[in-house]
Amino acid sequence: MLLQNPGAVAGLVIIGALILSAAFANHVVPHDPFKPDPTIVLMPPRVGHWMGTDNLGRDMLSRIILGGRWSLSVGLIAVCISASVGLPLGLLAGYSGVLVDTLISRGIEVVMAIPGVLLAIAVIAVLGPGSWNVMLAVGIAGIPRYVRLIRSSVLSAREDAYVEAARGLGCSEPRVMFRHILPNIVAPTIVLGSIDVAAAILAASSLGFLGFGAQPPIPEWGALLSQARAFMRTAWWLTAFPGMAIMLTVLSMNLIGDGLRDALDPRLRREGF
Amino acid sequence: MVIRAYAFKRILASVPVLLLVSIVVFGMVFMLPGDPLLALMEEVSLSPQRMDELREAMGLNDPIYVQYLRFFRNAIRGDLGRSTRSSQPVATILMAQIGSTLELAFAAVAISITLGIPFGVVAAIYRSRWTDSLVMVLSLLALSMPNFWLGFLLIILFSYNLEWLPSVGAGSVRQLILPALVLGLSGMGTLARITRSAMLDTLSQDYIRTARAKGLAEWVVLSKHALRNAFLPIMTLIGINMASVLSGAVVVETVFSRPGIGRVAISAIDNRDFPVVQGTVLLAAVFYVVVNLLVDLAYGLVDPRIRYD
Repeated sequence: MLLQNPGAVAGLVIIGALILSAAFANHVVPHDPFKPDPTIVLMPPRVGHWMGTDNLGRDMLSRIILGGRWSLSVGLIAVCISASVGLPLGLLAGYSGVLVDTLISRGIEVVMAIPGVLLAIAVIAVLGPGSWNVMLAVGIAGIPRYVRLIRSSVLSAREDAYVEAARGLGCSEPRVMFRHILPNIVAPTIVLGSIDVAAAILAASSLGFLGFGAQPPIPEWGALLSQARAFMRTAWWLTAFPGMAIMLTVLSMNLIGDGLRDALDPRLRREGF
Repeated sequence: MVIRAYAFKRILASVPVLLLVSIVVFGMVFMLPGDPLLALMEEVSLSPQRMDELREAMGLNDPIYVQYLRFFRNAIRGDLGRSTRSSQPVATILMAQIGSTLELAFAAVAISITLGIPFGVVAAIYRSRWTDSLVMVLSLLALSMPNFWLGFLLIILFSYNLEWLPSVGAGSVRQLILPALVLGLSGMGTLARITRSAMLDTLSQDYIRTARAKGLAEWVVLSKHALRNAFLPIMTLIGINMASVLSGAVVVETVFSRPGIGRVAISAIDNRDFPVVQGTVLLAAVFYVVVNLLVDLAYGLVDPRIRYD
C-alpha cells in the first residue's frame, strides 16, 4: 500500500538519501566541513563548491551534509523519547481505573497547556543548551500527543470482541493489555511517530536557530541559518540551502506520514491527525 | 440556563489545570542544579551569612508547600516576582510586551483563517482534481517550511530587494505584515487540511443529498449545511493555532527583531533571569487555557448537542 503512494515513495527516497549521506558524511563530503579557507570567503555557488562557502571559507555543501547528523538524529531521538514515555502512560490511562486515568490525563493537560517551543525553552532553562537537552525538550513536549492517541485507542479497543474473548479465556489483565490490545494500537502509533519526526525536526531547528541547540562549530541546520542571518543581504546561499535541507526533510517525513496513515489507519485521516 | 451550566462546568474544569501548571512553574526553580536562591538573585558572590539572611527574607527556609502557597497567592494578585536582571516586576515587563505579541497572534490567526478555510473548502469541492492537488501541495509546503526560514526569504524579497516592507520593529501595520504572514501561513497549512477532511466527511452525509435533492442552491448547501456542520474540528484547530502562535511568536519575534513575550523569554534565558522565564511560561499557559475555554464555550453555542450532554 505504502509503495503505491507516489508521495510516500518520493519521501522515502529523499529521507533514505539524507540518512545515508549523514551517516557516511565523513566519506561523502567533498571538503572538510570545519576547515576555514580565507581565500574563498563568502563565495557564491560554483563548480567545486556547489552551495558556496561561508564567512570563514568553509564549504556549505559539506557542512549541510554533516549537519544532517544532528538535525535528523534530534528528530528521531525526540520522537523515541515521546513515544517511549507516551506509550506506557497512554496504555495505563486507557486501561487502568478512573483514578490513574484522571491523574495521567490531568498531568498531560498541564504539559499541553504550555506551548511547545516555550515548554522546550523552559526545559532548556533548567538543563542548559545543547543537542541532548534539545532532544529531551522536544521529546517531552511531544509526550501528550502519544498519551492521548494511545489512551483513546485503548479505550475503544477494550470494548472490542477480541478483548472480551481473551478475558473470557481467562487471560490476566496485563496479558490482555500487552498481548492483545498493544499489537492493535501499534499502527496509529507508527503513523503519529512518522508525522511527529517532521514536527520534531522543525522544533529542534527552531531551537537551534535560537541558539539553544548544538553549539558552534557543529553545523546543525537551524544553527547554520542563525549564522546566515548576518549575511542575508550579501550571501543568499547561506540562507537558502540550510533552509531547503530542513524543508526537504520535513516535507519528506510528512509525505511518508501521510502515506503510512492512508495505508495503515484510515481512521486517523478522518480525525485529521 | 443550560448554556450557563455548561459554561460553569467548563470553567470549573480549567481550574485544576491552572493549579497544576502553577505547581510546575513554581517547581522549575527547584529543578535547577544548585541553590534556588541563586536562580532568583543575580548577585552570586554573596557571603554565606548574607545568603542565609536572604534565604530567610525570601522565605526559602519555609516548607515547600508554604513557599508554593505564597507563590500562588502572589501570582493570583499579579505579582510574579522581580527580574534578577533589571529588578523590575516581572508582571510589568510582561504587560509592556504582551500587546505586541497579541497583535501578531491575532493577525496571524486572521490570515490563517482567511486563507485556510476557503482553500480547504475548495479542495473538498474539487476533490481529486488539480485544484485539490494544488491546495494540498501548498498546504504541505506551508507545514514543512521552518517559519524562521520563510521569514528570511520574505525579508530578502520584500525588504531588501523590493524595499516594500520594513524587516524589523513593531508599531505600524506595515511592520506587522511580514511577521503575521510568516506565522499565518504555517497555520494556514493545517487549517486547509483539516477543513478539507471535515468538509469531505460532511459532504458525504445523507442530509447534504437531501438538501441538494430539494433543489437548494449549491452555495447554500455548502455554506449552511456542509461548512456549518464541519465547523467543530475547524474551531478546535483555530483554538490550537491561536495558542500555538505563542510558540511561533518566540521565533518570529526574533527573526523580525520585534518586541514581544517571545523575545522577553529568549533574553531571560540568555541572562539566566529565572523569574521572567517562570512568568512567561505561566502567562503562556493561562493564555492557552483561556483560549481553549473560549473554544469549548463556542462549541456549546455552535452545537446545541454539546451543551445538553
